[in-house]
Amino acid sequence: MYSFDYERPSGVNEAVSAVGEDDKFLAGGQTLLPTLKLRLAQADKLIDLGGIAELKGISVSGSELSIGAMTRHVDVANSADVKSAIPALSHLASHIGDAQVRNRGTIGGSIANNDPAADYPAALVGLGATVHTDKRSISAEDFFIDLFETALEEDELVTKVTFPIPEKAGYAKFPNPASRFALTGVFVAQTAQGVRVAVTGAGPCVFRQTDMEAALSSNFSAEAVSGIKTEASGLSADIHASADYRANLISVMAARAVQAAS
Amino acid sequence: MSVENGIGASVRRKEDQRFITGNGHYLDDINRVGQAYGYFLRSPHAFAKISNIDLTAAKAAPGVVDIFTGADMVADGVGGLICGWGITSKDGSPHNAPPHNSLAVDAVRHVGDQVAFVIADTLQQAKDAAELIEVDYEVLTPVTNISKALAPGAPQIHEEAPGNLCYDWELGDKAAVDAAFANAAHVSKIDLVNNRLSPNPMEPRAALGEYDAGSEELTLHTTSQNPHVARLIMSAFLGIAPENKLRVIAPDVGGGFGSKIFVYAEETTTIWAARKINRPVKWTSDRSEAFLTDAHGRDHVSHAELAMDNDGKILAFRVSTQANMGAYLSTFASAVPTYLYGTLLSGQYKIPSIYVEVQAGFTNTTAVDAYRGAGRPEATYVVERMMDTAARDLSMDPTEFRLKNFIQPDAYPYETPVIMTYDSGDYPLAMNLAKEMIDYDGFAARKAQSEANGKIRGIGTAAYIEACGIAPSAAVGSLGAGVGLWESAEVRFNPTGSVTVFTGSHSHGQGHETTFAQIIADKLGVPIESVEVVHGDTSKVPFGMGTYGSRSLAVGGSAIVKAVDKIVEKSKKIAAHLMEASVEDIEHEHGVFSVAGTDKQMTMGEIAFAAYVPHNYPADLEPGMAENAFYDPLNFTFPAGTHIAEVEIDPATGIVDIVDWAAADDFGNIINPMIVEGQVHGGVAQGIGQALLEGVVYDDDSGQLITGSYMDYCMPRADDLPSFRITTTNTPCPSNPLGVKGCGEAGAIAAPAALMNAIVNALGKDIDMPATPEKVWRAINSN
Ligand SMILES: Cc1cc2nc3c(=O)[nH]c(=O)nc-3n(C[C@H](O)[C@H](O)[C@H](O)COP(=O)(O)OP(=O)(O)OC[C@H]3O[C@@H](n4cnc5c(N)ncnc54)[C@H](O)[C@@H]3O)c2cc1C
Repeated sequence: MYSFDYERPSGVNEAVSAVGEDDKFLAGGQTLLPTLKLRLAQADKLIDLGGIAELKGISVSGSELSIGAMTRHVDVANSADVKSAIPALSHLASHIGDAQVRNRGTIGGSIANNDPAADYPAALVGLGATVHTDKRSISAEDFFIDLFETALEEDELVTKVTFPIPEKAGYAKFPNPASRFALTGVFVAQTAQGVRVAVTGAGPCVFRQTDMEAALSSNFSAEAVSGIKTEASGLSADIHASADYRANLISVMAARAVQAAS
Repeated sequence: MSVENGIGASVRRKEDQRFITGNGHYLDDINRVGQAYGYFLRSPHAFAKISNIDLTAAKAAPGVVDIFTGADMVADGVGGLICGWGITSKDGSPHNAPPHNSLAVDAVRHVGDQVAFVIADTLQQAKDAAELIEVDYEVLTPVTNISKALAPGAPQIHEEAPGNLCYDWELGDKAAVDAAFANAAHVSKIDLVNNRLSPNPMEPRAALGEYDAGSEELTLHTTSQNPHVARLIMSAFLGIAPENKLRVIAPDVGGGFGSKIFVYAEETTTIWAARKINRPVKWTSDRSEAFLTDAHGRDHVSHAELAMDNDGKILAFRVSTQANMGAYLSTFASAVPTYLYGTLLSGQYKIPSIYVEVQAGFTNTTAVDAYRGAGRPEATYVVERMMDTAARDLSMDPTEFRLKNFIQPDAYPYETPVIMTYDSGDYPLAMNLAKEMIDYDGFAARKAQSEANGKIRGIGTAAYIEACGIAPSAAVGSLGAGVGLWESAEVRFNPTGSVTVFTGSHSHGQGHETTFAQIIADKLGVPIESVEVVHGDTSKVPFGMGTYGSRSLAVGGSAIVKAVDKIVEKSKKIAAHLMEASVEDIEHEHGVFSVAGTDKQMTMGEIAFAAYVPHNYPADLEPGMAENAFYDPLNFTFPAGTHIAEVEIDPATGIVDIVDWAAADDFGNIINPMIVEGQVHGGVAQGIGQALLEGVVYDDDSGQLITGSYMDYCMPRADDLPSFRITTTNTPCPSNPLGVKGCGEAGAIAAPAALMNAIVNALGKDIDMPATPEKVWRAINSN
């Protein structure tokens, strides 16, 4: 770790005006702190978002679930509101990392980081969520751009994520045996706008599987998707899984997500 | 009469209170006033020549005390790291052991090789300064795979080892084996890879070096499994300091699994540098460094063939293995794929002739040395995968095939064709017990049930044997070992009747403080709370050989028993004097000395007091009550048993679910069943890790370590494991006074073969470790 300054503002405006070019927001620190410790990243200043009350919390209003950027995974997993509005989202949060990670990591940190193997991006894209920042609102599909890349500008702060409540949704994750991130995770939702299928872990960035969406629109069943193949070219390959294997997992996990949907 | 907390009692571990309440004294808990911090600049390249190292900017950085390179150590006369076991090749030549400097001289040979040692007031300053060191590397093409390294035209890693060969060794009667194969009715063959493992003890390696200019004494606190051996090597071969001026202390150590046996570059450099700067200096490995530098385990490629007659009786066995030594020859590396491996290839079987040849070679990877089981898991893996393959080829049940070929319980002592003399055991008993525990006969019905659920079920057996209680000094000396492998102990009574036991064994998680105290409680009637076990300090305990190879109880415990016997002899004389009887009439049991045929008796505590306050005392006897002993074992011990694993595979993903596990192990007599059970659990967990999850991966082209963190190196976790059904059979070991065989490595030896046999049984085809979901899925989907 290189030395850095530390600031803990209590409001969003204060945080945004404090952030300079080589500074970083600190949320749960589950990604940022290890990379700093390993000297893989460097910051002049860390702006700790932990003191900003307005960034925390979960609420439901009408057909929308809203989760503050600094809401921890454990709080999403345990929330009665989330469990009744979108049980698949609570299930997803309860399977992120381990207890320590869930007790620190936040939804804002997770999506701002956009790790290709993170779970939340599948839920955001699968549900057609909206990312709110101090400057604007961005649809999930426009937000996640590429490997570790989002639509966020340098000094832009995620404040909350809003999810339209679906009729039904399910998430199935095949964890990487070592890291337990998603080797492949598929989020399936039946929404007012139609069926959505979002895949994380399998490629460099979360993506929609439109063939599966079409199949599920006419027949929302596991059988409808288990036979649909995803083109392996363009999928990720590493020591844990080849692109072929990930393509297979997309079909298997999609079927299991449909089965689990509620 | 039995004794409270004596031999056979599942006493809770005395040491755990301090470990689980954070009151242990691990190395990084120990600090000195004025201590500086050391940091190693490491090679980013797998193979490169160093043309220049420029320290100018780094030395001027804030807080820097000094920076050393390989040239400084050479100029100071520090010798290279050694390998303590000489192996002789087929042609009679000694093995190639190229120079191994603690800090690189001229070249680096694996990613993480030490280039410079930076010492500063703080660790951050040392790291900052290291970034300012300019090293000019001429990058060379590396080779990481052993078969490629031994093939013609491979990059030449050491001038001293042409063709990257360390040795080409053989054991057994080649002509007899060839003849048996020529006349065999059946021949089965198998090709196997034994995957490379990273040891991952919970506490990383660390060292704290101190120099006292007044006494000219150096003190090294270090995470060692054998502090006396470390001191001996650092004194005699590296010339760090004379043995009498070097104290090595290994305090509470958080796991080793073999990786802390060895004398490494970092610890050596740290203690040497402490004198150079005349200031305490500490180095603590971080996890990334541990992945790069802790000696790895396994990494064999083998071909094996078994010859059988028409009835399925084994006639001969031949094995050819390539063993990866890594970039340098580590402390005991040469012995692992030879005398700890080839000598176990008879397994539990009557095999008339065996021939094994092993080529060991160098690669641009971390050094490979002993890791839990050391050679014996590799042997068991070859033998037991071979047995299943042969049974499959003959369409026999694999357990029936084994039972047919087992050495029978009345055959001991049994001399194998590969040196060993097995002393005791009952292999059919353990196998039949394990089969009963797992309901082997009900497997077909369970398999049908799985099939109905769309799953594939498999069952697999491993009947392992190991040679433990390492080892009779004369025997290992004749095979090339540079040391004797006896153990030492002192049993010292205090005047008030409490006892301190000094042992040359070292505990880094095994529970010696409890087990050894139980021996004293049992033999001398001293409550275990009044027994202190001291280990790990060359200034406190007599010269000891340390802990590895499941030797602590069989060898270290036996040394304690020898010292106890001397205590009893002396006590009888004192008791006879005090009770006015003749020594021949004194009877002793559990610390009570009585005069035969009378009700006169004295306790051990009373006698110890009399020995320290000898007002009424035998004239010809020395006062005091302390005895020491050295014990050199007469033979290896031979723990053996059968593990059976049952798996269910999800064909859609290739996930292997271990649904059941039965183990029947023969560890001889057992002092503490709870500790033994814990050792089996831990060993099996590590074995399952090897079979399903773990595996060191290097990038073929660059030689970079891909599995350099827990994001990519997969350790077994509780939810990867089933509940284990465990039992023991106990045929006492005839060669040591406790009748014990050792239990620390058994699980790691048995588990990989049992689990892989279960997976192969399910799939109907061979597959290599680790059996990752993708590999299994591919096997299911290939023809
Ligand atoms: C052992 C381990 C296992 C894990 N397993 C999983 C898993 O299975 N699935 C999974 O999805 N994730 C997993 N994670 C990641 C974890 O869940 C966190 O979501 C992730 O580390 C980032 O969240 P954080 O709150 O810790 O953010 P931080 O680490 O604090 O920040 C991450 C990045 O986001 C930026 N940032 C943070 N908050 C904001 C904001 N509000 N606006 C703009 N930028 C912001 C920071 O500046 C930084 O660049 C794991 C992590 C660990 C350490």
